[in-house]
Amino acid sequence: MASTTKQLSFMPPQKSHENGHNWETVRANGVTAQEMKEEAVRKSRKQPHESYEQTPLIVAVITYFGYAVLVIFGHLRDFMKKHGLEEIHSAKEYLKGHTPLYSSFESFYTRNLYVRIRDCWNRPICSVPGAEVVCLERKSDDYNWHLESNAFQTAEALEVTRNVPRFHFLTTWPPVSGTMLIGTMAIHVELEQLISRFLGTEDAICFGMGFATNAMNMPCLVSKGCLIISDSLNHASLVLGSRLSGATIKVFKHNDMKDLESILLDAVVYGQHRTHRPYKKILIVVEGIYSMEGAVVRLPDIVQLKKKYKAYLYVDEAHSIGAMGGTGRGVVEYWGCEPRDVDVMMGTFTKSFGAAGGYIAGSKRLVDHLRAKSHSVVYATSISPPVAQQIITTTKVIMGDLCPDEGQRRIFQLARNAKYFRNRLKEMGFIVYGNDDSPVVPMLIYMPAKIAAFGRMMFERNIGTVQVGFPATPIIESRARFCLSAAHTKEMLDYALKHISEVGDILLLKYSRRPRPTTKAVW
Amino acid sequence: MAGDWYLYEVFQAFLSAPAYHLLLEAFLVLWILRLILTKSYKPHKTRLGAKEKEELIAEWTPEPLVPDTPSDHYTLHPRVVDGKPGKTVTINGKKILNMGTLNFLNMIENKAMEEAAITSLKTYGVGSCGPRGFYGTVDAHLQLEDKLAKFLGVEEAVLYSFGFSTISSAIPAYAKRGDVLFVDAGVSFAIQQGIAASRSHVRYFKHNDVDDLKRLLQLQADTDSKHPKRARVIRKFVIVEGLYLNYGDICPLPELVAIKQEYCVRLFVEESLSFGVLGASGKGVTEHFGISVDEVDLICGSLENALAAIGGFCCGKSYVIDHQRLSGLGYCFSASMPPMIASAAITSLEQLENNPDIFSALVRNSRWLHEKISSIPGVEVGGDPISPVKHISLKDCGENGEQETRMLEEIVQEAENQGVALTVARYLHNEEAHPLRPSIRLAVSSSLTQPDLTLALRVISNACASVHRRDLDAVE
Ligand SMILES: Cc1ncc(COP(=O)(O)O)c(C=O)c1O
Repeated sequence: MASTTKQLSFMPPQKSHENGHNWETVRANGVTAQEMKEEAVRKSRKQPHESYEQTPLIVAVITYFGYAVLVIFGHLRDFMKKHGLEEIHSAKEYLKGHTPLYSSFESFYTRNLYVRIRDCWNRPICSVPGAEVVCLERKSDDYNWHLESNAFQTAEALEVTRNVPRFHFLTTWPPVSGTMLIGTMAIHVELEQLISRFLGTEDAICFGMGFATNAMNMPCLVSKGCLIISDSLNHASLVLGSRLSGATIKVFKHNDMKDLESILLDAVVYGQHRTHRPYKKILIVVEGIYSMEGAVVRLPDIVQLKKKYKAYLYVDEAHSIGAMGGTGRGVVEYWGCEPRDVDVMMGTFTKSFGAAGGYIAGSKRLVDHLRAKSHSVVYATSISPPVAQQIITTTKVIMGDLCPDEGQRRIFQLARNAKYFRNRLKEMGFIVYGNDDSPVVPMLIYMPAKIAAFGRMMFERNIGTVQVGFPATPIIESRARFCLSAAHTKEMLDYALKHISEVGDILLLKYSRRPRPTTKAVW
Repeated sequence: MAGDWYLYEVFQAFLSAPAYHLLLEAFLVLWILRLILTKSYKPHKTRLGAKEKEELIAEWTPEPLVPDTPSDHYTLHPRVVDGKPGKTVTINGKKILNMGTLNFLNMIENKAMEEAAITSLKTYGVGSCGPRGFYGTVDAHLQLEDKLAKFLGVEEAVLYSFGFSTISSAIPAYAKRGDVLFVDAGVSFAIQQGIAASRSHVRYFKHNDVDDLKRLLQLQADTDSKHPKRARVIRKFVIVEGLYLNYGDICPLPELVAIKQEYCVRLFVEESLSFGVLGASGKGVTEHFGISVDEVDLICGSLENALAAIGGFCCGKSYVIDHQRLSGLGYCFSASMPPMIASAAITSLEQLENNPDIFSALVRNSRWLHEKISSIPGVEVGGDPISPVKHISLKDCGENGEQETRMLEEIVQEAENQGVALTVARYLHNEEAHPLRPSIRLAVSSSLTQPDLTLALRVISNACASVHRRDLDAVE
């Protein structure tokens, strides 16, 4: 495989065998920042490979059957509960004569499908969310209706759940906050300047929460009479922001450039629905990396289309900033595009930066407008100063201003982890979605019963994984999501892979019908 | 048997029908098929040639993404604040008394809180790096939720990482398309966004006017009785604020609770400002009126004002609250709050419990200032005397909002020169559902001593007087 030779070529030839897989030693043996940069540039030019293996028919049938059984049993149990044959553990409606607070489908799904397996989510931790976390153990005496955690029983879990290189630098800034209507704090000015320098834009503005950055700023950019063309898998915050803006929303098939072009063409040529007035402006909204799909946006194609049709482009880099591209500058760098090709560069500090908050970067004109008109600036709090300090430190490390080479090393380690982990999973015969370079690795599980089984078995083996099912994914495409981190070592990944393979054998998760790669993935 | 007969008869009739009839029917069948198979008729969608399309694309000029912002806009020239905005604040290098930030209990300068945050920072790092569902739940979050629930005497509390997103996520978690929301016209912008996100029908009643609310509810009850079937699926909510950010007055909770029972609606109270402020122990507007928290279906609070942390929470019965853990957008689809902030909030809450005197000091200061500022000539103070948020506006400015804002800005500048930091209440007037009067938003803190209060009063009245004088001079 191409990837294998590439990684080999990156290793110093004379040492690579002796040193085995120890990356620390390899680096000590002479991989310089220069080499890493060259590698990065090379990477940014090549076409990455994305794969979405079709769901095997038999698997689809069994999955639907699984849901059918769950639904039938759900109704059966509801019937028993109604007639007092089964104890009711859930909280009860306390008001009489009111319209039910919840729709019946919603509560049916929660009651009969989600609660049975809810121990797989919301697991509390009590340590730094690093490559290894300490989890609180939880128990339930009433079939998961109530989960009790005992602060003294803790289980060590190796976590393969978080993406991207993370940094933890202690800051000594005191915790302060407050709506800063009286002025801006000096630290926020510094942060915004640094972010715009990092991203190569004219200016940047930062907000207290990534979700709110989308939800509160999209309405300042488009309004009624404008068109938003949104990827079908966009994050909830983008969907909410689009909805609040009042603009017309059209959805194109996930990462499908043909569909995007046909919508753009229709919009420009035929104008608004019914009145056929031309749209005031068109905004294409996409994400850098799609967190459930592991896909990377096809930025060069979109930039080309956007230029052709004079649309504007909004890219949410929540998962890609700090993680993609040779120097961590996100998908723009990964594809070798220019920062000014993207009109609105949005991102969050919750992932790679190990902090909280979000930013929007772009032209000075854009940022000035947001400063004056953003809902977030006028009505919400700004980033807490200690959190801002963390972001500043992290950004400086990524840029190499602090701890030279450390940022580069982490970015490189992440890229390598992602590729290795993904290729190994494919070798084992799992169906893995997404781009070869993406640090988010979704592995298909399909069947509802296996979601919980996989999660619990992995947890028993001290590996924390994230499972997602309906409604976050299409109903039959339940999956486990692995998010890689630069903090994962090869030993950790191998440990995880070994257990994933074992559990995969027990649960028959190796669905792939594709020929297995012949060459073994090399670290 | 009867069925067979019937078929047989049809067959007979078919055979004996005249040929032209059969032809007609065959034609009809084909016509129906055609109607079904061809796509829906689009009268306006004239097919354009590729060349025409290209021309249209070349012709279309979109508006710029954003308009130009005037370079003298106030947000482009912010005052730069150094250090903590506590009782005093350093603006552009000068240390002055802070009456601009909602720092009611001056928790910002609380040493215990700072220490708790730093200890927590050393244990957990800064970010939680994940949403609550996916390993983003840290024990500090659970402790804080527990503590908040106990403090307010409710079954459960749910934390959000950002104050604004709390109520604006909570409302659409319950209210859906087709439901009806009865909302006070004075609610803050976060609630308005929540309403917009829910896509429910909204009926605004006049600010703090219970009779108007009754009128609207009665109207709804009348339509409901006409369509009882539809009414059975329409959820109805009354949404109010405990202490109004935009007015500084308190909602008439006892009347609202009575109405809620009469009309079978659910009551949501947004307590971002009143939590940690109203009531003998800071439990908010329910404690202020001596009403059980069980009468309110959802209480939504903020940690950003009295507690000096970041984030918000919703609390109430588990039946209501637990739903947000799967449906609150800002809860499910956003990283959880940094654990160190949760730890700081826990300590802050403990401090409130241990120092109940702080609330009486706050009330005393608020009362005193309210009374004194009201007596400054040419000035009006809005809101309740015990509210720590006061809206100071100018009398006799008529409808000229811009001029009033300009004068208020001058007063703020003058006060800053003389040693008190104030701020004009800022709104996005085009986005707000209802017009708001320009005002200076004064925030009172419990930490102000009598000399501080006297200074503040003197500076404010001087500033008002000198701006008024300047204004008169300009007119002459
Ligand atoms: C694409 C995208 N945008 C925005 C966000 C929200 O960011 P935050 O967690 O900072 O609120 C996320 C987080 O999951 C995301 O995936």
